[in-house]
Amino acid sequence: MHIDWAAFTPIPALLGGIILGLAVALYIHLHGRILGVSGIIGGLTKPQAGDWAWRLSFTLGLLSSPFWAGLFFDLQAIQIIDAGWGALIIAGLLVGFGASYGSGCTSGHGICGLSRLSFRSLVATLTFMGAGFITVFLLRHVF
Amino acid sequence: MKRSFALLSQFAIGVIFGLGLIISGMTNPQKILQFLDLAGSWDPSLIFVMLGGILVSLAAFYLARKRTEAWFGGLVEWPKSSPIDRHLVIGSLLFGIGWGVAGFCPGPAIVALGSGHVKALVFTCMMLIGMLIYQQLGSQIKNRLH
Repeated sequence: MHIDWAAFTPIPALLGGIILGLAVALYIHLHGRILGVSGIIGGLTKPQAGDWAWRLSFTLGLLSSPFWAGLFFDLQAIQIIDAGWGALIIAGLLVGFGASYGSGCTSGHGICGLSRLSFRSLVATLTFMGAGFITVFLLRHVF
Repeated sequence: MKRSFALLSQFAIGVIFGLGLIISGMTNPQKILQFLDLAGSWDPSLIFVMLGGILVSLAAFYLARKRTEAWFGGLVEWPKSSPIDRHLVIGSLLFGIGWGVAGFCPGPAIVALGSGHVKALVFTCMMLIGMLIYQQLGSQIKNRLH
């Protein structure tokens, strides 16, 4: 293992993370909810009366964020998506099904759960991190 | 009126969260995969994203620990403490594998979709289908695995 110092961006990473934390803070205090993206979006697939407007609002905010990033910060997000169509289909199904089955994703378990000192979220996070590491290892260095 | 403000706030927080993802580089699948590629040219940036996120969230949750009501009204929805069971583990495994295949998880996928990437559209549609499949079959699967 060697570190790609050119790609390593600790300051923007830390800053971005702090902003994520700010969103989490606002969410629990203003809305009384855990900011877990898979949970918020998951509730939109089978909309319940009185339960969809807030989910849609949040999702639209997330969806429009590149626009605001460009408008206010002249920031264009770099997004290099190497995955082919087959990989995207498989990945999407696994992420959607897995997040629902495992009750959370990187924001729900990884940020909120760990910050709440949830041992359950620690197990979930270590599990999906491990699965991610192994998957990439297999796809890049074995097959 | 308060309800409209609450919806606006939801939108704003979605924007803020998206900005955090963009600034941190987490919306770039290549960067995520480079973090997950321990045996290759490793990019540890994601650690710092989580560090920043968790530090702020720790403080927020600590301050909120006694809250029963949200500022906009309504009860605070604290997750019920459920046991660590095979469903948590299997779900997380599947999620992690999917994450490792394309480098996308829900939040960044939506942001990438907002940037206009067709590949993000494909991923997001399949992600929603994956969620729907769980919602339809989840209980059956859980019963089978007991």
